[in-house]
Amino acid sequence: MTPVLSLLRNLIFGDIRADSVVPPSGFTNQLTLFISGAMAFLAVFGLALSLASGRLATKWNNELARTATIRIIAPPDQLAGKTEATLKVLQTTSGVAEARALTGVEQQALLAPWLGHDLRLDLLPLPQLVEIISEKVGFDATGLRLRLLAEVPGAILDNHDRLRLPLLDAVFRMQLLGWGVLVLIFAVVAAMVTLGTNVSLAANAQVVNVLRLLGATDSYIKQAFVRRLTIKTFVGSTLGILLGLLTIWAMPSVDKSHGFLSGIELQGEGWIISLLLPFVFGVVAFVATVNAANQVLRKIS
Amino acid sequence: MIELDAVAYSYGGGEIFSDVSVNLEQGSFYFLTGPSGAGKTTFLKLCYGGLLPTAGHVRVFGAKVCSLERDQVAMMRRKIGIVQQDVQFLDHLPVSDNIVLPLTISDRNSDLAAPDLDDLMNWVGLTDRARGLPEELSGGERQRAALARAVIMSPDIVLADEPTGNVDWEMSKRLLYLLTELNQMGKTVLIATHDLSLIRAAKAQVQARVLRISKRGVHLAGANL
Ligand SMILES: Nc1ncnc2c1ncn2[C@@H]1O[C@H](COP(=O)(O)OP(=O)(O)OP(=O)(O)O)[C@@H](O)[C@H]1O
Ligand SMILES: [Mg+2]
Repeated sequence: MTPVLSLLRNLIFGDIRADSVVPPSGFTNQLTLFISGAMAFLAVFGLALSLASGRLATKWNNELARTATIRIIAPPDQLAGKTEATLKVLQTTSGVAEARALTGVEQQALLAPWLGHDLRLDLLPLPQLVEIISEKVGFDATGLRLRLLAEVPGAILDNHDRLRLPLLDAVFRMQLLGWGVLVLIFAVVAAMVTLGTNVSLAANAQVVNVLRLLGATDSYIKQAFVRRLTIKTFVGSTLGILLGLLTIWAMPSVDKSHGFLSGIELQGEGWIISLLLPFVFGVVAFVATVNAANQVLRKIS
Repeated sequence: MIELDAVAYSYGGGEIFSDVSVNLEQGSFYFLTGPSGAGKTTFLKLCYGGLLPTAGHVRVFGAKVCSLERDQVAMMRRKIGIVQQDVQFLDHLPVSDNIVLPLTISDRNSDLAAPDLDDLMNWVGLTDRARGLPEELSGGERQRAALARAVIMSPDIVLADEPTGNVDWEMSKRLLYLLTELNQMGKTVLIATHDLSLIRAAKAQVQARVLRISKRGVHLAGANL
């Protein structure tokens, strides 16, 4: 068995009595408990941010990418004919699932927020809007633009890319930020545990000396330190994560249409990943303590 | 058992001793004597790998100490009972737990029957101190506890640095008797001391050899001290 595996086995099934050779050093332990708790609490939000951004990106991508609008600008007497021609073009465009000219009422509804309800639209030279819903694969926007230019001058395709791409970019950055926060959190925990191991071993130099004199191997000496810090990190992060989940659960749920922050909630996979986080914290702590203890014990001979 | 071959040691300043060649034979009983500061403690540390010689070689159980892996040094120490001059314990554990610590470390607690432990505690006169903490022990009691800890594994070699430094004559003789008993069981014993009356008392019980440490090195002393 490799040393790491046997240490891991000792960690889980090892002789707990062996731990008593190291005096319980309250300070380092409590600090470990507290910091890993706080870090795990933050990790829940990092995770929620990443997952929510990912969800938002998919949603916007799907919804916005599958809709497009054609604006037809023409003198009022040609408008109906051009609308007809546009719909005909769309019928023969592959990838278009559905195309429909908006009715006057619908257009009025769209404009109402800006112009009010009692405006008579038929008195204004407004463009006619045609809504397109594409199939999953989508249609060739450039090709359609060229065809419209040739066959229906005045019809302009807007496939929302100008709106969609910067949004996607922003969401992608959010997601990256979320993962970055998680990585940082694990790095902080590893650093803290390394420091804690060093402090514990230094504070227990006499213990290490006595154990060495009586024939204790490094892995025996390490065991108690590793087990303590790993378990403290595991317990601390479990508490932190539970608190984080409780906080997210208790956050007022904002109406979905209100946009971004309403996405900070956990769904299926989020809950599962959160509940796995303490184990990740435990593994990080384990690796960091073993590593730090190896280095320190090699120095004290 | 323990061979020193042209060994020299220096802590960084001048050499404490140089070109020391001594062979500690199995089953023998040795005293190491010499004035304070002569290097008795240093010699003992070289014998169990607590220090590595600056020149020459130390062989313990036939293996060169300087070429042993860390875990091998640990295994070697399990066969050597050591009483240091400045005895250290795990201060948070009761005296009895400290005494059985070598067994705990090598996962052999089950080897020791409770009556044996009681006997040992009784022998070193610490029965009513067993549940106390090491810091509650007097200087002499600490040395007795350390001796008990050193012999509990029934080691092949016992190295004791001034084991009777702080105890009265009666207790000294008792501890000496414990060590001569071990020697009679075939163990090698080396005691560093400047207590000449202890050496004389021992000579009545066992065939003890005396190593004298001086500026010129380490030599077997003649019959008369
Ligand atoms: N860690 C050290 N660093 C530097 N010098 C040391 C160290 N330990 C011991 N010495 C010096 O080495 C010399 C031998 O010391 P050692 O402890 O071996 O003597 P000793 O014979 O055991 O003396 P005592 O009978 O007083 O215990 C002394 O002069 C001491 O000052
Ligand atoms: Mg000394």
